[in-house]
Amino acid sequence: MSKKRLGQTPSQTVGPFFHFGLPYEGDSNLIVGDVQGQRIVVEGKVTDGAGEPVPDVMIEIWQANAAGKYDHPEDTQDKPVDEGFHGFGRCATDNDGIFRFNTVKPGAVPGPGNSLQAPHLVTFVFGRGMLKQLLTRIYFEDEAHNANDPVLALVPDERRGTLIARKISPSTYALNIVLQGAGETVFFDY
Amino acid sequence: MADVIPYTREEKGAQPPSLYLPYKSTEFRAPKQPLVILPHTLSEVTGPVYGHGRVLPIDADLTKQHAGEPLGERIIVSGRVLDENGRPVPNTLVEVWQCNAAGRYIHARDQHPAPLDPNFSGAGRIVTDAEGNYKFTTIKPGAYPWRNHPNAWRPAHIHFSMFGPSFINRLVTQMYFPGDPLFAFDPIYQGIPDVKARERMVSRFDMDTTIPEWALGYKFDIVLRGRDATPMED
Ligand SMILES: [Fe+3]
Repeated sequence: MSKKRLGQTPSQTVGPFFHFGLPYEGDSNLIVGDVQGQRIVVEGKVTDGAGEPVPDVMIEIWQANAAGKYDHPEDTQDKPVDEGFHGFGRCATDNDGIFRFNTVKPGAVPGPGNSLQAPHLVTFVFGRGMLKQLLTRIYFEDEAHNANDPVLALVPDERRGTLIARKISPSTYALNIVLQGAGETVFFDY
Repeated sequence: MADVIPYTREEKGAQPPSLYLPYKSTEFRAPKQPLVILPHTLSEVTGPVYGHGRVLPIDADLTKQHAGEPLGERIIVSGRVLDENGRPVPNTLVEVWQCNAAGRYIHARDQHPAPLDPNFSGAGRIVTDAEGNYKFTTIKPGAYPWRNHPNAWRPAHIHFSMFGPSFINRLVTQMYFPGDPLFAFDPIYQGIPDVKARERMVSRFDMDTTIPEWALGYKFDIVLRGRDATPMED
């Protein structure tokens, strides 16, 4: 028996005035209590097709904890959840287009088949001038698993670097998000 | 363990393109390179379902967040969050924000020369119940001008943000009011290719939730992506 599907509600821009409307506990600080693993800062600048910083986008990240466990019922791995870490962060860019998250380095997580996905942050970009959000990922340059990551493998060699954050201090990773033009970030159709 | 049940993809025509030139700001913000097709993995079918912080009853009444009553037409907006299979999305966070009755946001960057209302901030949060129902009380937002093109005005709208059961369900949209004469001139509304899909963003007036001597009721259901797999039961 087939049931008629309901149509999806369309996406609309978050607009320029979301800041007061989307307060979130912790916001860009994902660590709200006891947490295992390496504490890190992930930061970057968002620029547009004119090369200008974008001061009014919102970045959201979703990630596993240091053990590679998502705090969600569909992650059935026998791994510990951290009470002080739910894995979601939200950050509006500042006047210079900068975003910055305080978080922990995620562990590797299972991928399709028997594959393992290298540590990464699932990343959404919302903004004025964006009728729908863009999906990207942030990986880390010092992870050996990157070479076998099943998602990075889908990305043309010459563009893979746009998804991999550089280590600029022992605990700071940096990756710029380029919405359009030279060095354009890889975005996904999901 | 790692093979997951994927969600459906974007419904053709129901979701906007990134580049839509009548909406000027898309020109330098839409990617030019092809998108890379991503299979859904554990990373996408999980998402934040805990840790939304405390949502209080006052968060669902935007008319009671200050000492006095805000100016404007009091309304009650309610509806359900569902997936494409018609199943309710329970316990999910819905965030809403809007301008006041005069068309002005409290946001520092809003330069529209209309009055601020000291009794209205315009932000609310609601968690859906076990059947996916949500409800909040507010005032009807005004239309407001923007600089997209000469004499550009946004139809009255309330911004909505939904989480859903996984990160892939994340949806930010806008709810409109029936019969708005500005629809035909609004490139954000018109940015949805399919005319029928556009109309899903328009709430309907509802006498059943209208409260005598108090407030008009509007109904607005939100449909998030569902799972591809045909449900075995029902
Ligand atoms: Fe708006």
